[in-house]
Amino acid sequence: MTTLTAPIPRVRLARFRDLTLVPVIVILLVVGAILDPTFLTAGNLTNVLQQQSAISLLVLAEAMILIAGKFDLSLESTVGTAPAIAVMMVIPVTAGGFGIALPGALAIPLALLIGAAIGAFNGFLIIRFQLSAFIVTLAMLIIVHGLLQGPTEGKTLFELPDSILYLGSATWLGLPAAIWIAGVLFAAGIFGLGYLRVGRALYAVGGNTDAARAAGIRVDRVLYGVFIVGGTLAALAGILETGRLGAIGNNMGVGWIFMVFAAAVIGGVSMDGGKGTILGALTGVLVIGLVQNILTLIGVSGFWQPVIYGGIILIALMISRIAGGKAQD
Amino acid sequence: MNIHVEARNVVKRFGPTVALNGAKIAIAEGETHALVGRNGAGKSTLVSILTGLQRPDEGEVLFSGEAAPALADRDAWRQRVACVYQKSTIIPALTVAENLFLNRQTERPGPIDWRALRARARELLDTYEVDVDAHVLAGDLSVEQRQLVEIARALSFGARFIILDEPTARLDGPAIERLFARMRSLREQGVTMMYISHHLDEVYEICQSVTVFRDARHIATRPVADLPHDELVAAMTGEATAAYASRSRTPGDRVVLSGEGLSLAGRYTDIDISVKSGEVVGLAGSASSGKVGLAETLVGLRKADAGTVTVNGTQVRPGDVPAAMKAGLGFVPEDRHHEGIIPLLSVGENATFPIARKLGRYGIVSPTRRRAKAEQMIEILDIKTEGADQPVGDLSGGNAQKVVFARALVDDPTVLVVINPTAGVDVKAKQALLGAVEDAVDRGAGAVVVSDELDDLRICDRVLVMFHGRVVKDVPRGWTDHELVAVMEGIED
Repeated sequence: MTTLTAPIPRVRLARFRDLTLVPVIVILLVVGAILDPTFLTAGNLTNVLQQQSAISLLVLAEAMILIAGKFDLSLESTVGTAPAIAVMMVIPVTAGGFGIALPGALAIPLALLIGAAIGAFNGFLIIRFQLSAFIVTLAMLIIVHGLLQGPTEGKTLFELPDSILYLGSATWLGLPAAIWIAGVLFAAGIFGLGYLRVGRALYAVGGNTDAARAAGIRVDRVLYGVFIVGGTLAALAGILETGRLGAIGNNMGVGWIFMVFAAAVIGGVSMDGGKGTILGALTGVLVIGLVQNILTLIGVSGFWQPVIYGGIILIALMISRIAGGKAQD
Repeated sequence: MNIHVEARNVVKRFGPTVALNGAKIAIAEGETHALVGRNGAGKSTLVSILTGLQRPDEGEVLFSGEAAPALADRDAWRQRVACVYQKSTIIPALTVAENLFLNRQTERPGPIDWRALRARARELLDTYEVDVDAHVLAGDLSVEQRQLVEIARALSFGARFIILDEPTARLDGPAIERLFARMRSLREQGVTMMYISHHLDEVYEICQSVTVFRDARHIATRPVADLPHDELVAAMTGEATAAYASRSRTPGDRVVLSGEGLSLAGRYTDIDISVKSGEVVGLAGSASSGKVGLAETLVGLRKADAGTVTVNGTQVRPGDVPAAMKAGLGFVPEDRHHEGIIPLLSVGENATFPIARKLGRYGIVSPTRRRAKAEQMIEILDIKTEGADQPVGDLSGGNAQKVVFARALVDDPTVLVVINPTAGVDVKAKQALLGAVEDAVDRGAGAVVVSDELDDLRICDRVLVMFHGRVVKDVPRGWTDHELVAVMEGIED
């Protein structure tokens, strides 16, 4: 009988599955260079990375949550709400604050704490009450965005403390700090999910919850963890975006979640849980960033860009499907 | 004789249902002990109590005479008892190595050393002689390989007692033999085993003693050698049941189902098959013989590369299930969970899908007519359900399978194709299901029975044995197990 012999070494290629989008990135770089001479300059590429650094943190968060077999739509609302509420706790009433006037240095820790709290609340509803992650976070997407619009009454916050502007606008060693932060966090994510037991536990929980439980993994604790980390990363993304724009608009983060899912999924993270890597998700972010940049450089009207994004996402999906060989789920 | 594992006076209630009522079991050191009983007898509950997943409401569990550890102390449990569950606890997207050492990838705190992990995995696989690469994804393994990995993992915690919960349910003949060989060698090494199966012949082959549970109670514990087959069945069912006696019949002349020149790459080659009205034709063979692929082609679930299928005189477009059903075909698919039932829908809806168009006009399904038809099917097939409105997902395996049969039979088919009709159902349900096939044939239908179980094939007027995608022999009624198995394994042609 042949059943006991191992499958052919085709699986060795599996370790390159993370990299199926690399050819797409190469093609985009070549196409970009041909279409516009400024594309391959250091200035432009830095610009691409900086623009993507905030959204990439959301992709990092969503990738972890998806790998653990859950779902979070509310991340995009946290992006605007967490820094906005934190800022309103430190600025004076005249600038639109609550009038608590806490020290300005607390803005960042407060924002991160608010993000973590939103994540914890999502986790509470989903894990403790066993509600559907999709519906819970859809409701939270609406509620959390409302918590930005309500207190600000739809106005943009302009007078911000210096502390919250710093990370998104500083330059460290010649590169924007936001790129360093995103880079370090992705490196930590790649390491954590690849080499730490707690990171591997996400795959176990997302792949087969019963098996994870039987192996002694504290499933609920792991899931709380990813939701809290997810919310915190979304708040950090909001802080970076705030620094980059210099203000907190009423629509900050709105609509990001579609791009976040697109980046994670074309990067090979399965919507069914248990599959995908952080490196893959990173390549997904880069593809989307490059496409956006090329479209802007060649002067495609902003009104037409969504059609092209959508098309490119579909093409990237098909390419990674063919390269990956397996049906996607 | 030392008692290795003992459960005394165990009571376990789930709300109003009593799953175990003063049940007991005592397993001697080094023996392979069978636990048998019909669906719902309390076997699974005992497994979860013996593995420390649930606490008994009353009673106690002893390992080598000592009280069982606290429920929270998973490590202590794992050193005492290992279990290969009915449901796979393998994570398909992870490698074999990681599955083996899930949640203990490192021996000390710190990052995982993947190379060292693979080496440990290889060592473990070598120890238990499992011929699987440690670095492949577990999802790429066959069912048998996955099970071997689970056994190796279970034993790697150092337990000397292992529970095998229906390990043969999804294995084919040769794989079962290899599993048994492995169990025998584990026994020689002094490992105690508890073996759960619906297949009584396996109990006789591999076990030394047997404990029978019925209706949440302990009925008997006896050495296997002293317990005749019919007494064991009687203990399980609570009444004397004779082995299923198949009926004799004379097939008619009209061919109701035929396949000509059928080939499908990688599955079967150049098959001709014809089934007459009033005839039962069996398809036998190992998992790689292509028998299931052929049956799925006959019903339209698969499209053959070449050849034609004719149902009741109509040549059916390949791969078109509705057309085959319209021509008068009913079928029971291989896996009831995947293709057989829609668990959240009611018994009535599941049973009447094929005739929905006959139950009302303009796409409207009349609930009253559906209910009437469903109640009729529930009565004919003796489905144990609260009523036609109960979701099928709540039924036991045997009753759910009867609902699949109801769906196949509801339109009074002239051709009936059943694949593994009695998989995972108990003795009595098995007899009822085989009876249902014979009833349909007595009404003039022609039937094809595809099965891994020799007992199912006994109702066949002739059995076509397949080997590597070809029909190698047409065996008439009156074969012996040995004869048929020899042909299936390709030992004799």
